[in-house]
Amino acid sequence: MHHSIEIRHLSFAYPDGHKALDDVSLKIEPCEKVALVGPNGAGKSTLILHLNGILQGQGEVCVAGLPVTKENLGKVRARVGLVFQTPDDQLFSPTVYDDVAFGPLYQGLPIEEVQARVEEALETVHMRAYAHRVSHHLSVGEKKRIAIATVLSMKPEVLVLDEPTAGLDPRARRSLIKLLDELPLTMLVSTHDMYMVRELFPRMVIMDQGRIVADGDTQALMADEALLEAHGLEKP
Amino acid sequence: MHIHFLDSYRPGDSLIHRLEARIKFILTIAFILTTALTPQDAWPVYLLLLTIVLSVIVLSDLGVGTVLKRAMLAIPFILAALPTVFTLKGEVAWQVSLGSLEIRFYQPGLVRFVSIALKSWLSVQAAIVLASTTQFTDLLMAMRAVGVPRLMVAIFSLMWRYLFVLADEALRLMRARAARSGQSDRPDLKPGGNFAWRTRITGGMAGSLFIRAIERSDRIYNAMLARGYDGEVRSRPLPKFELIHWLMLIGGLLALVCLLGLAHFGF
Repeated sequence: MHHSIEIRHLSFAYPDGHKALDDVSLKIEPCEKVALVGPNGAGKSTLILHLNGILQGQGEVCVAGLPVTKENLGKVRARVGLVFQTPDDQLFSPTVYDDVAFGPLYQGLPIEEVQARVEEALETVHMRAYAHRVSHHLSVGEKKRIAIATVLSMKPEVLVLDEPTAGLDPRARRSLIKLLDELPLTMLVSTHDMYMVRELFPRMVIMDQGRIVADGDTQALMADEALLEAHGLEKP
Repeated sequence: MHIHFLDSYRPGDSLIHRLEARIKFILTIAFILTTALTPQDAWPVYLLLLTIVLSVIVLSDLGVGTVLKRAMLAIPFILAALPTVFTLKGEVAWQVSLGSLEIRFYQPGLVRFVSIALKSWLSVQAAIVLASTTQFTDLLMAMRAVGVPRLMVAIFSLMWRYLFVLADEALRLMRARAARSGQSDRPDLKPGGNFAWRTRITGGMAGSLFIRAIERSDRIYNAMLARGYDGEVRSRPLPKFELIHWLMLIGGLLALVCLLGLAHFGF
C-alpha cells in the first residue's frame, strides 16, 4: 500500500529568490488527518501548491502513489482535492451546480454520472438545495462548503485545505469542523485555528521559515509551550 | 506569489535615474512629439533621434538589449501601418506575381510605412526608458506638475495600485481552475471538455473577476469616505523646481526644437 502523500527533500524558491521551502520531507498515510501549522509566510501554502503540481520545486513529491510530474499532472489533480483559502477563487462559475460539475465535466465523464456526482457532493456538504443558486450571493460559510463540494465531486483520494475556518462565524466554523470530521479521506489542513487542530487532528506538523520544525502527536506538541511560542503559535 | 511584470520600474542609481522626474517626463513627451512631427522622409533626423534614445539608454544602465526587447511592444502599432504599403498609390517599388494575382508595393506607401515604424519604435523606447527609470509615484507628481487634472492623476494612481491586486486575483482564479482540471483513470475518457464549454467557463471567470472588481471599488470608496474623502483630491505641495532644473529642461527642449527645425527646413 502506498502512502497518500510522500514528499522527499523538497525545496522551492520563488523567482525573486525568496526561498519558500527548504528540504521538506513528509509522509502521510491513507485516511490520516494531519494539521499543518506555522506563522504566516512559513511556506504552508507553497507546500500545498506542490501537492498537485501547480508549483514544482526540487525534490520528490508523490501523491496517491503517483509522482507529481508533468506527464502525471492530470491524474494527480484528479486525486488531490485542493480547497483554496478564498472560496471566491474556487467558485468561478455562475451557479453552484456549474462549479461542482466543473471537475467531472473536465474529466469527460458522461452527463448522468456528472449529475450523480454533483448531487452526491452537495449532499455530503449538506448543500443540496443550493444547486441552482448563484455562488456570488452566498455567505462565506456556504461558499466554503460549496468549495469543498467542488473537489469532492472529483472523488479525490486526498483532501487538502488551506485555512478552512478563516473568516467563519462560530456556527459556520462548528458545522465545517463536523463536516471535516465526517469525511473519510486523507486530509492535510493548513490552519491557524489551534482549537480545531486539537479537536480534529491527531497529528500536527509545524512549519517555520520553509522548514518542518516539528511533526508528531498533537497532544504532545501542544504540551510543549516553548516550542509553540518559538514558532509564533499559541496553545489553545 | 505576485505578478510583478507589470511594474516596469528598474531600481538603479544612474544619471537618468537621478534626473528630476518632471524634467524626464516633459522631455519624454517633447521627444515623442518631435518624433511625431518629423516629416516622413527626413532620414538623417531619425538617425539623430535614435542616437539620442540610445545614448539615454546607455546612460541609464538599463542595458540596450533589455530596452530593445521591451520595445517589441511597438510591433502591433507597426503592423497596423502595414497596409499603407499597398494602398498609398504612386510609383511601383516592387512587384510580385503569384499565379494570376499581382501584388504591388508602392514607393510612397513604403516610405510612409518605414517612417511610421521608426516613429513608433523610437517613441516606445523613450517611454520605456522613462517608465524604467522613474518611480510611478514620481511620474504621478510630474503629471500633476504639468497640469494634468488632479482627478485624472488620482485615477491613474488608484489604477496602478489595484492593477496588481486584480492581476493577482486573476492568477488565483486560473490556479483554482488548473487544480481541478484532472484526468480520469478510465482510459476511454478524454479530459478537457469541448471548446464551447471551455469558452463558457472562461467567460464565467471573466465575469466573476468583473463583479469582484466592482465590489472592491465600492469597498475602496467606502474606505476613502471613512477617512474623510469629499470628492476633492488634495495632494502634497510639489517639491521645488530649482534653477538648475529649469536650465536642464530648457536646454533639452531647445535641442529638440532645433532638431525639428532641421527636419523641416533642411541642413
